[in-house]
This record gives sequence, structure tokens and C-alpha cells, in this order.
Amino acid sequence: MLDKIQHILIALLGGISVTISVTLGALIIAVLLGLLLGVVRSFTKWKLLRFTIDVYVELFRNIPALAILFIIYFGLGSVGLRLGSVTAAILGLGLIGGAVLCDVFRAGFSALHSGQREAAIAIGMTPYQTIRLILAPQAIRIALPPLGNYAIQLLKDTSIASAIAAPEIMFFARTLVTSTFETTLIYICAAGIYLLLSLPLFRAIQSIEKRFGVGR
Amino acid sequence: MESPLLQIKDLHKSYGSLEVLKGIDFSVSKGEKVAVIGPSGSGKSTCLRCVNFLEKPSRGHIILDGERVGVKPGSDRLMSDAELAPQRAQMGMVFQLFYLWPHLTVLENVSIGLRKVQGVPSNEASEIAMDMLEKVHLGNKANTFPGLLSGGQQQRVAIARALAQRPKLLLFDEPTSALDPELVGEVLNVIQELADEGRTMLLVTHEINFARDIADRVIFMDGGVVVEEGPARELITNPQAERTRVFLSKIEK
Ligand SMILES: Nc1ncnc2c1ncn2[C@@H]1O[C@H](COP(=O)(O)OP(=O)(O)OP(=O)(O)O)[C@@H](O)[C@H]1O
Ligand SMILES: [Mg+2]
Repeated sequence: MLDKIQHILIALLGGISVTISVTLGALIIAVLLGLLLGVVRSFTKWKLLRFTIDVYVELFRNIPALAILFIIYFGLGSVGLRLGSVTAAILGLGLIGGAVLCDVFRAGFSALHSGQREAAIAIGMTPYQTIRLILAPQAIRIALPPLGNYAIQLLKDTSIASAIAAPEIMFFARTLVTSTFETTLIYICAAGIYLLLSLPLFRAIQSIEKRFGVGR
Repeated sequence: MESPLLQIKDLHKSYGSLEVLKGIDFSVSKGEKVAVIGPSGSGKSTCLRCVNFLEKPSRGHIILDGERVGVKPGSDRLMSDAELAPQRAQMGMVFQLFYLWPHLTVLENVSIGLRKVQGVPSNEASEIAMDMLEKVHLGNKANTFPGLLSGGQQQRVAIARALAQRPKLLLFDEPTSALDPELVGEVLNVIQELADEGRTMLLVTHEINFARDIADRVIFMDGGVVVEEGPARELITNPQAERTRVFLSKIEK
């Protein structure tokens, strides 16, 4: 039995690095895109730009992630833009994450009292300085807990990348199932690995929150 | 004769169909301390906020040191917030609710404008900020976060922040009315000290006795107009207009 588990774990280990890469890659895209969209959506005076961002957010939040990955991987491929499966997974999950985090950061900005902005422009800060030095640091702090939840969710969601044959943990698990038929044991092992990966992620998030959550 | 530092001319402000300011005219000379008093809702805050364009006036002129505020020279086009920044930097504003930035230390709250707005090098900015904090008797709180201070201390930091702008004019909007009674004195003392230094101030306040003692001139506003203005002591001890008399008699008890 232990032998079997060891065998399975070793087979699944090959997927860990891809799972981590997809998680981190998508997280970086999601945070940068989400922050950009959140800032622009919160502060632009242009209605059309606000509307465009709203459409983007609604689209990417309401289409199943699997469909988006298929469109990026197969759809773009069929028009000649062939992405690797890992790249497609990072891009697809990152774009979805951008939509999710746009709302998270926006909520952070709208939680701030209007006096925070007024005090900044009153001392002569430009709107850009006001956002960068005064509003964004506070909004990001407010966004940290939901951002942490999103990161954990993202780690789990990388499993759908197996559907476009990205060689991550679930991909290896499914391959192994077809060759050994140890279905239950294999998926329990896979679940265990996700759990183990989420622990350090959770720790990291907690320490970031501790570090930056103070002073409010 | 030298022209006044601040001139407010025919200032109107409406929110939708509600006309809050109905043509305000007055001026503040260099070194002068002017207090604005009046009943709640009379438009005092709105008037003050129009001076540095936190509110865009519907009509009228604000002129600071000979320069029209908020309007591009040679045209009637309103400035954007980015274009307004250098003009706003010349006026320090102290709000009723302080509005310190909670993610910055007390020292950073005071020094950030020096560094980022005025381009003062970091070391020097901290030194100046420290001097300003000493001025409001809070040198020992430099490295704390504002959230840990009492209301009176927070308001004094906000005053130090405004002083760090090295402003031509200080605007106060009821700086003590959000404070517990026992904390009012420390803030009024600081404002008194600034007045004694000869700074130019426009002060909205409910503290009538303070206005009488500190101000050179008092402006009584009601219903969006200046009802009466005159030398502080005279206006408060011997008001001419009936509305001023009614207001003062209600307050003094
Ligand atoms: N942003 C706004 N939108 C609509 N109405 C406003 C706005 N700001 C102020 N008002 C209205 O303008 C009027 C004057 O308000 P203002 O705050 O200038 O009065 P005030 O004299 O400062 O009163 P207080 O002594 O209570 O501070 C009030 O009737 C208020 O409701
Ligand atoms: Mg007011």
C-alpha cells in the first residue's frame, strides 16, 4: 500500500512545478491587470472606458473558465496564434483573475473616505500622486484579505488546465488513472498535494497581511 | 495700496437647483486673520472649499496673490485637478475631521508634501517636518501612526501638515468642532500661536469667543450671503444686523 502511494506521489510530482508556475504566472497577471483596471475604473472620467471595463469584467467573470481556456488554446490556435498549453493556462486564468481583482481593488478604493483624496489634493498633489501615494496603498491594504482568498482559489483552479493538456498535477493524475485504475487513491494523493501547496501560500498571505495591515 | 492676498468676488455655488452661495464678496489682506461665523447650513464650508477649488464655484472669481485660482489665464476654461495642484499648494487647509493618512507615520504625513509636491530632498524634508511637529508640540509623536493619537493631537498634526506647505494662506474649516471639549484648548492654542506669528488665516468657526480674540475681522454669513462684516470685537459685542444679533444671542449661553 505504502509502496503504491509512493509510486503515485512520485508520478504526480512531475506536475507540481507546472501547477506552481501557472498559479504564480496567472496571479501576477491578475494582480497587475486587476489593479490597472480597478484604478482606471475608479478614477477615469471617460464613460466609454468605464463601460468597456465593465463589459470586460462581466464577460470574464460569467464565462466558465474552461470555455475561456478552450477559446484561448484551440480558438487562437485555429487562427494561427498557437500558444503552449501552459502559456494559454496562465493567460486565460490571468485574464479571468484580472476581472475578479478589478472589482476587489475597486471596492478597496470606494471604501476610502473622500477626505483622504481631498487632503491630498489640498496640499498640492496631482491626481496621479494622490492615487499612487495616498489612495492605492490604502485600497490595496483593504484588498489583501479577498486577494488572499483569490490566490488560494486560483491554485485550485489551475487544475482545469489539465483539460488543455498542461502537464500539471491533475493532468498527471488522470494519465495515471488510465494506466493503473487506482482511481480513488490517485485523486486522494492529488488532493493531498494541493493541500500541501496551499499551506505555504496561506502562510505567505498571512504574513503579508500582518506586515501591511498595521497602521490603519 | 497693496492689493489683498485673497479676494473673493461674486462667488456663487449651486448644487442642482439648491443655491448655497448667492454672491459672496470679501477679501483677506496679507497677515490678516478673518473668521467666518454663521448658522449651520449657511454655506461657510462651501465658501471655504471654493477658495481652493475643492468645490468648483458656479460663478465668480477667487484671486490669490493677484492670480486667478482655478481658471486658465487668458480664457474662461476651468483648470483640471492636475493644473490646479500648484495653486492649491499655496493654501494650507485644515479640515474638521483632520483627514490624516492612516498608512503613513505622523512624520510622513507632514513630510510627504515637501518631498513629492515641493521637491525638497528627503533628509531636509524630514527636518522641516520635524520643526513643524515641534511647532504643534508633537515632536515626540513623529514615528507613531495617526490612528493612535487623540483627536486633538491628530488635528495638530493636520495643522503641521498644512504648515509644511509653507502656504501663503491657511484655511481652517471648524478645526475644533469634532473634538471632545477637553481637547479643544490645545488646538486653539496652536492656532493662536500661528496667529501671533502673523500668518494669514481664513477660519470658519463656531467658537465665537475665540473668533473675537484671534480675528482681526469677522464675517457673518447666513443663507448664502454675507450679512455683516466688521472688526471682530465690534461685530461680536455690538452687531448691527438683526440676523447677527439673533445668531449671537442663541450661541452665547
Ligand atoms: N455636495 C453637496 N451636495 C448637495 N448639497 C450640499 C453639498 N455640500 C453642501 N450642501 C448643502 O449646502 C448647504 C451649505 O452647506 P455648508 O456645509 O457650506 O454649510 P456650513 O455653513 O458649513 O454648515 P455647518 O456649520 O453645519 O458646517 C447645506 O444646505 C448643505 O446641505
Ligand atoms: Mg461646515
